[in-house]
Amino acid sequence: MCGICGCGETEVHQHNHSHQGETARLVKIEEDLLAKNNTYAAQNRAYFKQHSIFTLNLVSSPGSGKTTLLVETIKQLKDQFPIAVIEGDQQTEHDAERIRATGVSALQINTGRGCHLDAHGIGHAVKDMSLEDNSLLAIENVGNLVCPSSFDLGEAHKVVVLSVTEGDDKPLKYADMFYAADLMLINKVDLLPYVDFDIERCISYAKRINPKIRIIQLSATKGDNFIEWLDWLRKNINENRN
Amino acid sequence: MHELSLLENVKEILQNHAKHENFTQVKKITLEIGQLSCVEPEALRFAFEVVMKGSLATDAELVFSEQQGLGLCQSCKKQTPLVHLYDPCQFCNHPFVTVTQGHEMKIKDLIVI
Repeated sequence: MCGICGCGETEVHQHNHSHQGETARLVKIEEDLLAKNNTYAAQNRAYFKQHSIFTLNLVSSPGSGKTTLLVETIKQLKDQFPIAVIEGDQQTEHDAERIRATGVSALQINTGRGCHLDAHGIGHAVKDMSLEDNSLLAIENVGNLVCPSSFDLGEAHKVVVLSVTEGDDKPLKYADMFYAADLMLINKVDLLPYVDFDIERCISYAKRINPKIRIIQLSATKGDNFIEWLDWLRKNINENRN
Repeated sequence: MHELSLLENVKEILQNHAKHENFTQVKKITLEIGQLSCVEPEALRFAFEVVMKGSLATDAELVFSEQQGLGLCQSCKKQTPLVHLYDPCQFCNHPFVTVTQGHEMKIKDLIVI
């Protein structure tokens, strides 16, 4: 069998013989499956840089408290910086409505059957919103610890949120996401006395996957250590300004 | 589920190359998939036929060329194989290893007519 195309010829040959009158040939491609998304992501990143928009891509499993975290963050920072939010969910406008109730603009992307946001969709969303220069844009991705790790949206940082009501071994189970993130927020720490979550073990697992990952332990609802997250945001938004 | 999006990208890449390389049918596609990439070859295979139906790669054969995961140990500086992102260095057991190979997800080559 020909080693190139699997046809019936017995010897290795120059691949210019014909199959039923047509010539099969080898075409080298070497093209990344994510090349198209990465191109759009680069365009988004250039736009964010040009307008000094500090953009975060918040990722987690469903129910980690991303929307609550954003609502509390907006309440604390909206008088200091312009803030906008893009919400990704398979269905409903619920999360965007919660964000709008704080007084900042939010655009909901429903991905339908899709399990992640992509850079093309974000580019369109950004065109539809009137984002201010020197602002914060938070993109709340679809609750999913698998697929969003591969899709760069043009963000400055992926922020992974893990709550203590989940397993402390999630960084190992869903390693791609913790590898891709720069910051991990361990949320709902006020519930630690009531759950079987070993925070030191969780941190050591996350560092094993990603030695450079920064970790903040906080509670979005009770306010524990929230200041550390706000300080991190303030510092980055200020450094990102023109 | 992101395997479906990736295959839609494959289809589009094929269409673009069909114009430039002047082919009308794809008989075989070789994908290079790193051991540490977040795609599951069997999930790709499962969705492949459905996504390619009606395209120039209808009935094409799908072949995987797997790239081994490799990393540079941050302690002993040796190159060590990685099957998982959390594997320690196989030489000194140090937990911090920087990935150098294994995240690949690309179309390597095609057989076309």
